Amino acid sequence: MSQPTPPKMSARNVNVYYGEKQAIQNVSIDVDTDNVTAFIGPSGCGKSTFLRTLNRMNDTVASARVEGEITLDGENIYSSGMDVVQLRARVGMVFQKPNPFPKSIYDNIAYGPRIHGLASAKADLDVIVESSLRRAGLWDEVKDRLKDSGTALSGGQQQRLCIGRAIAVEPEVILMDEPCSALDPIATAKIEELIHELRGRYAIVIVTHNMQQAARVSQRTAFFHLGTLVEYGSTSEIFTNPREDRTKDYITGRYG
Amino acid sequence: MNGVAIITLILGLGLIAWLSARAKAMRLAPAASQTGDRSRKRPLLHSLPSYHGWYAALWVLGPALVFLAIWANVMPGLVTGRVLQDPAAAALPMDAMSRSAILSEARNIAQGNAQAAFDPRANALIEPYRSANRFYSLGGALAALMLALAGGAFAFTRIRPDFRARTKVERVVMSALLLASLIAIVTTVGIVGSLLWESLRFFSMVSPLDFLFGLKWSPQSAAMGYGNENAFGAVPLFWGTIFIGAIIAMFVAIPLGLMSAIYLTQYAKPAARAWLKPMLEVLAGVPTVVYGYFAALTIAPNMRDFAAWIGIHNASSESALAAGLVMGVMIIPFVSSMADDSINSVPQSMRDGSLAMGATTSETIRQVLIPAALPGVVGGVLLAVSRAIGETMIVVMAAGLAANLTLNPFASVTTVTTQIVQLLTGDQEFDSAKTLAAFALGLVLFVVTLLLNIVALQVVKRYREAYE
Repeated sequence: MSQPTPPKMSARNVNVYYGEKQAIQNVSIDVDTDNVTAFIGPSGCGKSTFLRTLNRMNDTVASARVEGEITLDGENIYSSGMDVVQLRARVGMVFQKPNPFPKSIYDNIAYGPRIHGLASAKADLDVIVESSLRRAGLWDEVKDRLKDSGTALSGGQQQRLCIGRAIAVEPEVILMDEPCSALDPIATAKIEELIHELRGRYAIVIVTHNMQQAARVSQRTAFFHLGTLVEYGSTSEIFTNPREDRTKDYITGRYG
Repeated sequence: MNGVAIITLILGLGLIAWLSARAKAMRLAPAASQTGDRSRKRPLLHSLPSYHGWYAALWVLGPALVFLAIWANVMPGLVTGRVLQDPAAAALPMDAMSRSAILSEARNIAQGNAQAAFDPRANALIEPYRSANRFYSLGGALAALMLALAGGAFAFTRIRPDFRARTKVERVVMSALLLASLIAIVTTVGIVGSLLWESLRFFSMVSPLDFLFGLKWSPQSAAMGYGNENAFGAVPLFWGTIFIGAIIAMFVAIPLGLMSAIYLTQYAKPAARAWLKPMLEVLAGVPTVVYGYFAALTIAPNMRDFAAWIGIHNASSESALAAGLVMGVMIIPFVSSMADDSINSVPQSMRDGSLAMGATTSETIRQVLIPAALPGVVGGVLLAVSRAIGETMIVVMAAGLAANLTLNPFASVTTVTTQIVQLLTGDQEFDSAKTLAAFALGLVLFVVTLLLNIVALQVVKRYREAYE
């Protein structure tokens, strides 16, 4: 499955601590653009924590400390020269609960392009907003009410708005932290479809506690347990022929 | 019989009623268990014995104490009426003022509050007062005792196994709580009523239009007999109040309060926040009179010197600026804590969302947090304004008395509260327009503050709902 192209992001021997407590132990993993990577594992296994190290969102937690090396296109994102603001523009994120800003739909999408100066004229911005909303599969539903508040949309629409908002700054990687856990099955299906369409254009990493979802949307799956990466391989292999007993127990529903 | 003794006696009766009613209920319980059929699976006594006790005690205490409270208010009138029927009262002068003076002197001596009378005519009335007092207080005490006993007897007869004493006691508890909350409301209504009443008397002397829109305020000239026209134009006071409380003070309080709230919520480490926030709140605990002399003795002279330094030579030593600046400082913790609350109640996910887009902390604050928190902040500022315009001590001490209608912050202006203090201190007659003007000012202040509060709370409430 994996291509000979160099990985978009790679982590080597990453440890994460919250104060004294170690949340992630010695995780090494590569993420590339051609495949959707899913992180699965029981609650509290560290999959979300690890995801948040990839765009340094753990920086906002005062007690968090990260060791090891994570590179984006070969450049260590934890080196002192790395501009975190720039990093987060390149590695976008979609959260568990839809969190549109209390602004209009238009301004939600335009938020990133505006702060990063991606559009010089109103017309450019209009183009970015339309194309982002189209790619997020939301354009047809909202094109007549771009001035309405983003918070007035349904939960599924809000989540697609958040994906559109992340896309609008043309990131290279999109991290999704259980993006469907607050949504109903129909909205979930739409998001999954969207992930399929976005694959190849962006490196996508999705954390999910739903194994069927991992099987549906991803090509590569990483199984986390108690802060360690137990197994990482192609999704079909993990689900049909796991090497580790722990993986097998989890995906067959022994625990989780 | 004196009041303390009778109240103690009735309380004692209440205790006896409680104990005996409880005992009776306890005696009934086994009796009921012998006769009652066991197929009905519920307690044989509807209420616990102590509820029967409370029921009886309340019947003893309630009517008797209520009667005593009413009697204490009615009795003086009855006593005086009886004294006036005494032959000695025939010698009293007819004019109401000296008549009541003599009567009250006699009463004070009779009750032991005074030693001797200035007016010898009072001496004749002392003995009639004493006897009338004895008569009515004994009568009242007996009536209260009768009520207590009657209430107790009534309650006692009602104690039966199936009597729902528990429900009755619950109802009494509820009414007591209702009464407690009604007292606060009734007091407010009473205050508003008296404000309204006195204001109406004022407006019968001075036209409301002249008062609300007149530009000249000189109540002294009205008091000196120059007439009420054009003396009670309150616009300079309203302007002074707004200038100090809503403009200058807010120029200080809004930026400083908001910025300290932003620092505390967004940048300060938990350890720093833990001691900075209480420190800031200490400001709110400084007595306003301390702010007042700080404004009057420290800030005001400095302001005058500063004015002289920038070339304004007629600056007053009691300037709007000094009062407004100090009032602004006083309001800082108020604005800051409201802003703190509303920024904190913006969900963390909003902040994370913005940071994950590659926004810096200050971009996040400006573009996401502040807009989201704005209604709460505006509500807080409105509440702060309503506090500032009602604030008295600082402006009394530092703002001056001259009712100037001016935009110059170095000039002396006066405020509604300062003038109320001025109008009501010292010996005043309460039927002149000058004194009654204080009530009209108070009414305006009350209405404005009330409106500000209602609007502010509405804004804050609507905003809170948005994030539920």
